[in-house]
Amino acid sequence: MRRPLGIILPLLILVVWEIAARLIGNQFILPRLETVVPVLLSPATDILGTGSLLHNAAVSLIRVGAGFLVAIAIAVPLGIGMGWSPRLDAFADTTVQLFRPIPPLAWGPLAIAWFSVGLNSMVFIIFLGAFFPILLNTIDGVRGVKKTWVEVARTLGASEGQVLAKVVLPGAAPTIWTGLRVGFGIAWMCVIAAEWLPGTTSGLGYLTLYAYNFGQMHFIIAGMITIGIIGIAFDLLFRSVEDRWFAWRGSER
Amino acid sequence: MKLAIRDLSKVFVTGTGEQVPALKDISLTVADEEFLCILGPSGCGKTTLLRIIAGLDTPTTGSIEVDGEALDGPSRRIAMIFQEYSLFPWRTVLENVAFGLEMTGNGRGDRLEAAGRYLDLVGLGSFGKSFPFELSGGMRQRVAVARALAIEPAALLMDEPFGALDAQTRNLMQIELQEIWKKTRKTVVFVTHSVDEAVFLADRIVVLTERPGRIREIVPVKKCARPRDRTCADFVEIRRHVLDLIAVGSSD
Repeated sequence: MRRPLGIILPLLILVVWEIAARLIGNQFILPRLETVVPVLLSPATDILGTGSLLHNAAVSLIRVGAGFLVAIAIAVPLGIGMGWSPRLDAFADTTVQLFRPIPPLAWGPLAIAWFSVGLNSMVFIIFLGAFFPILLNTIDGVRGVKKTWVEVARTLGASEGQVLAKVVLPGAAPTIWTGLRVGFGIAWMCVIAAEWLPGTTSGLGYLTLYAYNFGQMHFIIAGMITIGIIGIAFDLLFRSVEDRWFAWRGSER
Repeated sequence: MKLAIRDLSKVFVTGTGEQVPALKDISLTVADEEFLCILGPSGCGKTTLLRIIAGLDTPTTGSIEVDGEALDGPSRRIAMIFQEYSLFPWRTVLENVAFGLEMTGNGRGDRLEAAGRYLDLVGLGSFGKSFPFELSGGMRQRVAVARALAIEPAALLMDEPFGALDAQTRNLMQIELQEIWKKTRKTVVFVTHSVDEAVFLADRIVVLTERPGRIREIVPVKKCARPRDRTCADFVEIRRHVLDLIAVGSSD
């Protein structure tokens, strides 16, 4: 019953959109549905010479993937260390709390100064966006590992390294995964904004900004919808893995 | 395996620097293949004593010797079974039992084969592919026993292992544990606060006082033949004696 109920509002929004678009009658403020839908239905068609929706989506995804992987490579080990060692936590926590409230986009000018325009500066911003949710969830996950599991492992002869690899990591994995899901979501938002930085010439974010310069609102909205669909698709992907691998979460006995 | 506990005391220091004595002057020898129960009221330090023997806590003073050698940290010769929440929920039952053998680097085929044998021993041979959350409480404790036995320890430490089970399952598990003990000839140190359970299982019962735990008396149960009948005269007499000891303790 939930799904049919959930469909009603989006349909209503489409109807209101179409009515509003007709009433306003101005393509530069709100384009009509029938101008946006064809763009979405032919995603391989070039848009204003910047490449197709598919091409730009792929470019954005590669950037997100790179920043996201760097974030995982640093945040997961650091989070395991901070969750496991109170000394490392005491050492690093203040720094984490100081940097965390700075929005990734605020690093934009510095990113360009340090890495110059292009892939590296965008990857840096995406990395910052994904880093903190992954780090904080990893710390939480490690702290949530039951003491009994660790003690059982020790009495069964596990070394400190084995305790980390065979108990702490799998025990914290569901929460770390949640961190990856949230981190990816934020990384995806960051890439769109990062593509608005000067010097960028591709990506879904760039496409929407570029279309704005030509007053092509229907391309902007098609781009926004594509961004949303990709975001939802990845969230569902993360959740389905969660359901499959971490079904035990919440039923520890 | 012979276990000697010498002049052992444990003092905990709280966050405010207050010293809380948990155990005082415990001296005790557990004979090879003996089934020893440690009995006492809640908070008497019996779990602390077991954790020290397991190498999970350190004594403030005193020492523990295993066959004449001082114990220093967890040893694979001594396995511990906890009251609950001890199975790794992300592993299948078989992989749980094989955990200890995985730590020593046994090959996958080897350790799963061995784990299967121990799972058979506790009567769960057909549940290898299940996950812990799919099992009942009694079954989970059997898996924990199999997992402990799989590393072939000389001694088993059990911390109120049946405390979370219903009375019927508990009685059944006591009988099964006795069978397993007879078959495997391990030294067992079993902590409980149930007088009935202690008299049913133990060769000797160590009765502790309230905090700080001291040995009030060591009660031999050997004259009561196994498997024990809870209604036989000897059983009832010993049970009454132990209950008296605990009653004295709480009126101090």
